[in-house]
Amino acid sequence: MSGQKDQAAGTADNDGPASEFLTFVLGDEHYAIDIMAVKEIRGYESVTKIAKAPPYIKGVINLRGDIVPIVDLRIKFDVGEATYNEFTIVIVLQINERMVGIVVDSVSDVIALTASQRRPPPEFGVAFDSRFLMGLAKLQNHMVILVNIEALVSSSELGLVDAALKKMES
Amino acid sequence: MSVELNQFHSVFFEESQEHIDTMERLLMSMSVNNPDPEDLNSIFRAAHSIKGASGIFGFDALGQITHIMENLLDQVRKGQRAVSNDLVDQFLGVIDCLRQVLDSYRNQQDIDWPAVERTTKLLEALLGAAAESAAVEEDDGFGFFDEPVAVQAEEDDGFGFFEEPAAIQPQPEEQGWGLFETNQAEAGTPGKSATSAKDDNPAKKPASGESSTIRVDIEKVDSLINLVGELVITQSMLKVLGDDLGGSNSRMGTVLAELERHTREIQQSVMSIRMMPVSFVFNRFPRVVRDLARKLEKEVDLVLEGEHTELDKGLIEKLVDPLTHLVRNSIDHGIERPDVRRDRGKPEKGTITISAAQRGGTIQICIDDDGAGLNRERIMNKARENGLNVSDEMNDADVWDLIFQPGFSTAEVVTDVSGRGVGMDVVRRNIQQLGGRVNIASRALRGSTITITLPLTLAIVDGMGVMVGDQTFIIPLVSIIESMRPYPENIEQLAGSALLHVRDQFWPVLPLYQVMDAEPRHTSPSEGIVVLIETSKRRYGLLVDELVGQQQVVIKSLEQHYKRVPGAAGATIMGDGSVALILDVESLADVAPILDEEIA
Repeated sequence: MSGQKDQAAGTADNDGPASEFLTFVLGDEHYAIDIMAVKEIRGYESVTKIAKAPPYIKGVINLRGDIVPIVDLRIKFDVGEATYNEFTIVIVLQINERMVGIVVDSVSDVIALTASQRRPPPEFGVAFDSRFLMGLAKLQNHMVILVNIEALVSSSELGLVDAALKKMES
Repeated sequence: MSVELNQFHSVFFEESQEHIDTMERLLMSMSVNNPDPEDLNSIFRAAHSIKGASGIFGFDALGQITHIMENLLDQVRKGQRAVSNDLVDQFLGVIDCLRQVLDSYRNQQDIDWPAVERTTKLLEALLGAAAESAAVEEDDGFGFFDEPVAVQAEEDDGFGFFEEPAAIQPQPEEQGWGLFETNQAEAGTPGKSATSAKDDNPAKKPASGESSTIRVDIEKVDSLINLVGELVITQSMLKVLGDDLGGSNSRMGTVLAELERHTREIQQSVMSIRMMPVSFVFNRFPRVVRDLARKLEKEVDLVLEGEHTELDKGLIEKLVDPLTHLVRNSIDHGIERPDVRRDRGKPEKGTITISAAQRGGTIQICIDDDGAGLNRERIMNKARENGLNVSDEMNDADVWDLIFQPGFSTAEVVTDVSGRGVGMDVVRRNIQQLGGRVNIASRALRGSTITITLPLTLAIVDGMGVMVGDQTFIIPLVSIIESMRPYPENIEQLAGSALLHVRDQFWPVLPLYQVMDAEPRHTSPSEGIVVLIETSKRRYGLLVDELVGQQQVVIKSLEQHYKRVPGAAGATIMGDGSVALILDVESLADVAPILDEEIA
């Protein structure tokens, strides 16, 4: 990674392959996640509540026969307002063999970023813990925060995975 | 060679397993005084087949044992050695060793060579006792010829490799062994002789019949079952849509009804692929009973009933340990010693009956003995010793239930058979994990009956749909006693929670909305519906808003993408595509701690 960066500093024009990111909006901040983790994007539909789950776990839905949990990142990171209407979007992620849906305010774009376009993540000022950040990128008129969605989803922070199971998988 | 043969390994393991099982079964059923020569031949052939094939694959440990075993069996077969109970026991021991070695090869573990050597020595000692030097000499020649010939046959003729051992049999015969008198005529045509030797085996297995089978990877079957589960869900969604559109009178309604019927039939036949007869478990018990009875110097007859009852493969595998434990218990604690039985006016030989039968959507397995029955006094004393809260007024069923407590054993002597108290609670937990229940009935001096009730399959559960607010939950039907809307006068308040009085019994009422964080329409038991639930541990009433109806639901895992949810055994997809939680009535009561105080 660092090697790639050094190279990028030398030759700004040709700095290795670009990776694609899906950008979305939480409150008034723009975020992006690796597109390879995204399985599909769908509208928010009613969920089945899970008792005794933290408030940001909205419940589970039936995704073609799989029971998939839905997490509202707006509640978890206290950004924006958790409203649900016909424009509310669920991004279904597939990480390792597990699926999870995350609720966001809207999905904006798919962007390609090369290593040189990425900046190191800020230490503060974002809702996400810096453990889950991969960096920053500047688009035309705003900053996009790159989220390490795999680390976030499998972290104990979200509590989506049984602790014992997680140990087994890792 | 071995690389090319790898693909045959799994077939070898399965066939050898069958041969070992055949030998064991025949040995078990053999009459010591008047052994059936045909049985002896079959046992010999089984040992021989294993020996031949293991030579091809280089499984030396198997070859070594079966080689000597074969010599011994040959003597027996020719009447040079009498069959005795001791000899049968020795052979059974050898078979255990074979089984172990086979498992080691199968799992690619290290072979327990000391055990193999021990068994070999034991057999050699037996053989030496007969001391027929001629047999030993011929022996060597046989061992020498055996493998090369078999391998050659395989390469040349492209037979399934299992025919080879049979194919080489004529060879030693010509050397004056005089084996296989019936096959003598075919000695010159190995192919034919092989076929006839092979045909003998199925004929010896009455259970397997003539049905032709194919071996299919269980994963393929499971994925098929999953897909059909999806199909059933889609079909019921379609039905809901169809009802909304035109009702059941329209042409669409007719077609949808047809689709429903076909889907159900497909589901049934697909589920039946996974079904296996319980004889797969039962067949091991003659051996268990025999060994244990001899060890404990008791006389026990074993009766098996309903071996053809079919159960899901997954269930069958998980039944082995609990059932073995229960059978051993029956022999150890239940059946009395012959002298005691005579004094009590019972036949000296005790009887244990293991039966299986299908009752609606469940399977019942009973282990019934005519032994001493459970000793109420001793259980009560032990319970007090363990600090359990018991009273003399408890009815028998509740007392018998005590033996399922962890660490509960009333055995006076701790033997290697039982008495360590790790048993019954584990048995019950295992059965519960399969969605089943264990009940005990017992009468002093008459014997006891342990009944295990299991669902037919693991993938589908018969459930009752209930509503709380706008959420639907499924309660497994096996644990529901009845549902009712109670009269206000039958409800009493105790320490902030309700007790329902039904027919002389008090049932603590657990409001489902409290446990499941739902918003109910009714908070008072007399306005909603109370579902009376009985698990093996406790009884309670579950307060819900209304009943939706009984239905079969496909169990979906919550853990696949999420994690275990307290109080839920899983989830299912309803006809409208929404998700409903299947309640785990046992852990549901754990979630609500108030209940424990009231029941205890």
